[in-house]
Amino acid sequence: MGGNSDMKLIDENGIRIDGRKVDELRPIKIEAGVLKSADGSAYVEIGKNKVLAAVYGPRECHPRHMQNPAKAIVQCKYNMISFSVSDRKRPGPDRRSVEISKLISEAMEYVVFTENYPRTSIDVYIEVLQANAGTRCAGLTAAAVALADAGIPMKDIVPAVAVGKVNDQVVLDLNKEEDNYGQADLPIAMIPRTGEVLLMQMDGHLTQAEFDQALEMGVKACHEIYEMQKDALRRRYAVVSGEGEEETKGLVHAMTEEA
Amino acid sequence: MNKESMTRELVLPGDLLDAGTMKPGEGTYVHDGKIFAAMLGIKSVKSNFVNVIPLGGRYIPAPGDMIIGKVIDIGPSNWLVDIYSPYPAPLHVNEVPWRVEFGDTARYLAVGDTLLAKVLSVDETKRVQVTMKEQGLRKLQGGQIVEISHSKVPRVIGKNGSMIQMIKTYTNCRIFIGQNGRIWMDGNMEDMVHAMQAIKMIDEGAQTLKLTERVKEFLESVYRKEE
Repeated sequence: MGGNSDMKLIDENGIRIDGRKVDELRPIKIEAGVLKSADGSAYVEIGKNKVLAAVYGPRECHPRHMQNPAKAIVQCKYNMISFSVSDRKRPGPDRRSVEISKLISEAMEYVVFTENYPRTSIDVYIEVLQANAGTRCAGLTAAAVALADAGIPMKDIVPAVAVGKVNDQVVLDLNKEEDNYGQADLPIAMIPRTGEVLLMQMDGHLTQAEFDQALEMGVKACHEIYEMQKDALRRRYAVVSGEGEEETKGLVHAMTEEA
Repeated sequence: MNKESMTRELVLPGDLLDAGTMKPGEGTYVHDGKIFAAMLGIKSVKSNFVNVIPLGGRYIPAPGDMIIGKVIDIGPSNWLVDIYSPYPAPLHVNEVPWRVEFGDTARYLAVGDTLLAKVLSVDETKRVQVTMKEQGLRKLQGGQIVEISHSKVPRVIGKNGSMIQMIKTYTNCRIFIGQNGRIWMDGNMEDMVHAMQAIKMIDEGAQTLKLTERVKEFLESVYRKEE
């Protein structure tokens, strides 16, 4: 933001530097259940962003003082790998990643039925393998799929997308150049079914009219991403139709006795 | 078994299950009078209740469950048992079939021992207690442990115990299945390997068609070769 905004990022025909229209998303690829050792995982590519998310838990919460006797806590860790950006990023948590971790944790805590698992913690690890603007949205999108893959009860799957302002126009899903030289950036995460907003930040300035337009654009894009997230999960758990074996809970007792 | 429970439809969190006539069951939640799926699983309808049978997730203890635990810590009057769930479970000396003097716990069960136990109680903050004071519950000596997802335990047992019975007859192993997804087995080394492979097969292909037949084919093929 803030750089030389006289840079021409949108041409006369409304086409952006990467060939997209103003209300067009970058190509998205979502895959669920990519890691074997984690309870749930997801890999997301949004344009040049590559993000991996892994979920562990619910598991015993350490340190103990962070346990909540009434509900589970959701601990997200957002991390950018040193080779994710062109100038090597110094590894380890920094001010930015701590902030994003907290934001995503709070967004996810709202959708997960935490009261089902008192005294536990649900840990989500988000690793950005390659960054190209909008990694917090990509990270949250991946985290939501990974949580569902881990079989954790939640209200809905959460999509996230950023909207921004470039060359005085409201555009969807900013890329690196638009993010760096644009005028505003507005990441949004929401529950598509109810329209509840879970995350919203704004960097730069938007007028009321621009904001309303941006929000509308973001909500529409969230629904698109939502469908892709669901599609990824369906592909992972494609049911070849069952053979109708009934649940046999009562039988466990009988069967564990020696035959 | 009514016809509706035969349909196996995959549902995702937030999917609409029913808009009024049915009652919410396990793995669901109600919003605005409509029932939605709370987790990823298979939709099942039983006596007017909509349930979601989970495909994964951790084991959450329920009273009366038969489980296989591992001793992870010893106290003067209790043992701490890992029951393959987010909650470790204390086993009090009063809940074992032996008379244990105070501070003498280590003589009966050591750290690392495996035991067949039953969940005695679970309170609202999910504090669990387990017991061994019932017929058939005991320390499991020797053998091996396989861990699978607790949601696949019914598949491993099969309809009326058909699946596990088949594995037992072919491999000649003694097998115990805990509701928490731990399976203990003892027998010949090679037989155990085969039993383990069969269980892994069920774990991986739990939602696929004709699983029993495929496991049978597998067991038949390995045992025919050996003869």
